[in-house]
Amino acid sequence: MSKRKITKTNVPVGECISQVQEMLRERLCHQRLPDRPEGVEAQHKHLLELLKRTAVHGESNSVLIVGPRGAGKTMLLRCVLRDLLEEKEAQKSLLQVHLNGLLQTDDRIALKEITRQLHLENVVEDKVFGSFAENLCFLLEALKKGDRSSSRPVLFVLDEFDLFAHHKNQTLLYNLLDISQSAQAPIAVVGITCRLDVLELLEKRVKSRFSHRQIHLLSNPTFTEYLDRVRTQLSLPDDFPDDKFALDWNASIETLCEDKSVEDVLQRHFNSSKDFRSMHMLLMLCLSRVSVAKPAIKPADLLEASRLCLADANANMLHGLSILELCLIIAMKHLNDVYEGDPFNLQMVHNEFKKFLQRKSNSMYNFEQPVILKAFEHLQQLELIRPVDSSSAKTQREYQLMRLMLDHSQIMEALQKYPQCPTDVKQWAMSAFG
Amino acid sequence: MSALLHHPGYEEERLRRLSEQLPCRELQAGMLLSLMGQPHQYSYPSVFIYGHRSSGKSHVMQVLLKELELPHATVSCVECVSVALLFEQVLLSFFGGDAASLLPRSPSLSDFVRVYRQQCSQSPAKQTRYIVMEKAELLRDADANLLPALLRLQELVEDNVTVILLTEIVWDRFRPNTGCFEPLLLHFPDYSKGELQQILSRDKHPSYSAEFYSSYINILLGVFYSVCRDLRELRHLAALNFSKFCEPLAEGKVKETDTHKLWRNMEPHLKKAMQTVYLREVSSLQWEQMQQMEEKENGAMRGLSAHTHVELPYYSKFLLIAAYLASYNPARTDKRFFLKHHGKIKKTNFLKKNEKTSNHLLGPKPFPLDRLLAIFYSVVDSRVAPTASIFSQISSLVTLQLLTKVSHDDQLDSPKYKCAVSMDFIRAISRTVNFEIVNYLYDFL
Repeated sequence: MSKRKITKTNVPVGECISQVQEMLRERLCHQRLPDRPEGVEAQHKHLLELLKRTAVHGESNSVLIVGPRGAGKTMLLRCVLRDLLEEKEAQKSLLQVHLNGLLQTDDRIALKEITRQLHLENVVEDKVFGSFAENLCFLLEALKKGDRSSSRPVLFVLDEFDLFAHHKNQTLLYNLLDISQSAQAPIAVVGITCRLDVLELLEKRVKSRFSHRQIHLLSNPTFTEYLDRVRTQLSLPDDFPDDKFALDWNASIETLCEDKSVEDVLQRHFNSSKDFRSMHMLLMLCLSRVSVAKPAIKPADLLEASRLCLADANANMLHGLSILELCLIIAMKHLNDVYEGDPFNLQMVHNEFKKFLQRKSNSMYNFEQPVILKAFEHLQQLELIRPVDSSSAKTQREYQLMRLMLDHSQIMEALQKYPQCPTDVKQWAMSAFG
Repeated sequence: MSALLHHPGYEEERLRRLSEQLPCRELQAGMLLSLMGQPHQYSYPSVFIYGHRSSGKSHVMQVLLKELELPHATVSCVECVSVALLFEQVLLSFFGGDAASLLPRSPSLSDFVRVYRQQCSQSPAKQTRYIVMEKAELLRDADANLLPALLRLQELVEDNVTVILLTEIVWDRFRPNTGCFEPLLLHFPDYSKGELQQILSRDKHPSYSAEFYSSYINILLGVFYSVCRDLRELRHLAALNFSKFCEPLAEGKVKETDTHKLWRNMEPHLKKAMQTVYLREVSSLQWEQMQQMEEKENGAMRGLSAHTHVELPYYSKFLLIAAYLASYNPARTDKRFFLKHHGKIKKTNFLKKNEKTSNHLLGPKPFPLDRLLAIFYSVVDSRVAPTASIFSQISSLVTLQLLTKVSHDDQLDSPKYKCAVSMDFIRAISRTVNFEIVNYLYDFL
């Protein structure tokens, strides 16, 4: 750090770090668009062509972008839109309507949102419409230019497309796709979804109106590509205010990516998921550890971040249980082993626990039944055990059948980590016969 | 106090005050602080914090956001019975009352996002806004789209906002079927025994020395730590029992330093507290009254707990006993128990038992009314006529929830019941009528 200070930098280190944080955070947390999409050039070109035809030539279209979560579907669309709007003609005429299946949960709300986004509230005001289709047609009619020969092209983006298929009668989808089929007004419908079977959700009449054009984002990068992504996500651009710092930073990222232990960690993450989001989460955790005192990402940071990402939440929760609750979990584990996963109730667990206590002379864990019941209920609250049937009104709490939501290895792992675990309890857990 | 918190975005003085308020949570607070970054920088769209009850999740969040004066909205999902309240509270704390009144009646998520964006364009965020949702597990019971939408709220409203979910349930049980935006997971570990001691010793009594109070906490933890690690509960117990601990001191019997004597005096008392206060069988007021009563008349203070307090008519007691026997004994053994001349029953066959089928493990079985009455006539010592009074007693036992009716309501001729009382309860009942119930139970032969 001292080396850097004496160089003729015009920006102090603290300022630089703050800049780095801001820049990278925007990339990792806010999904800032990259200058050009990576690995999806073909799809990008395809979609851009398609939308251009709507925006410029007034051709109707419908398309679905399908891909798993975090694969970059929205990123692709936003990149395409950005590039599209660079063209004068498109910018002038194209109208956009963005709908999200999470927000517009039924067609009435969706229609209201469309009206609002097209700025037609004052046109509609208090007109009464006979049907949904009539209303939508009126909206599109209103967009026609003065000469009435051509109306302005509208782009409908339906995020979480599969949720729209659950709306009653799929009215919105039917009407949008119908308009895109018949030459009423030039519209493009772009659906974004993570469900590969989304077409099965559509009704026959809706399906037949869809162009069946799908863009798949099933990118399957190799590990080298993945490593490259990590590198580009972390490196600083050329226009960073302090050249010296940027160079140093980029060099440190370079060495980081070549480190053997880092490669192992990234390989592990790569094997579990290849999408951008989980990578962003990992890198965000690394980035948050960068400070003035430590102005670079070290392999140790990545290891720590990966440990946090991959930590088993259930084992973490088991760590905080009281010794009584842990004993009950072990008893349940034994019951599961003996009865091959049949559900159990509190009495059986208590009985199993008592058998363990009888084998020992000291009565350290002699608890009354109600205390045990309370511990049992706490486990239920934490959803470590779950009742088999939800209707529990008629059975007593002691006899309600439960299932353990943990598996063998999780319990054993938690036992190893448990602070000051008594040896006899540990042995009891290890013993095969309970 | 260990390492202070450091962050360039905030004043040293404030951070120092912060770490004073967060004993034993410096690591977590530091982690959160570094994730949040400087106020104007973006933070991860959603953070999911899980950990056991009273491990300081809400406290750390509250102190951080309040002390650093960051714009935030804290919403407890228990209070928000409808999503409307939730939306209103968020808008109210970010943009003031005017914004909240813009929401229509029974607003949808779409309305909320619309109003938020509108307000946000008027007053864009200079600092990251935080929405803290406490008891987030309840969000799963709300509309299916609420949780996924909140997780990606930053993207939906295009504002610098971070949603923080606090809960004690792991993220795996939250994830919807089709997946959603994955939040950043953070775990708040439980306090260790030493940390609990340190925190509990903080609220010492002004008239006693700190060492004295901390030795008291030590004894308390010795009794309760194996059962309960909930800081709030332990604190409640500590406050309630402290006066008892000081008693010998006030009487001048023991000196402050004589820990062993104090411990001997205290331990049985705490064990009793475990049965009553910890289980909430008595309220803390009752507990205090009990302590005073105890001074007057030693002993004879059992029985405040509700279980031993039921008074029933004579025949009702027998009816309940008969019901218990009918529920827990297999019907084939009735002959052996209740017939005077039951002929020959093969002993080996009769005693062949399997632990797996013990009714005291599996729970009570339903039985028809006829069987109940047959057993009832044979256990009650005098002759009873099957009058309306007997039948009405059965139905009042059902009302008291000592019996439950299993069969459907419209089945009038042979209703089926189940006994819903515990072994201890029925033993107490049978003792009052001099009936040795254990001799009649198949599981205990």
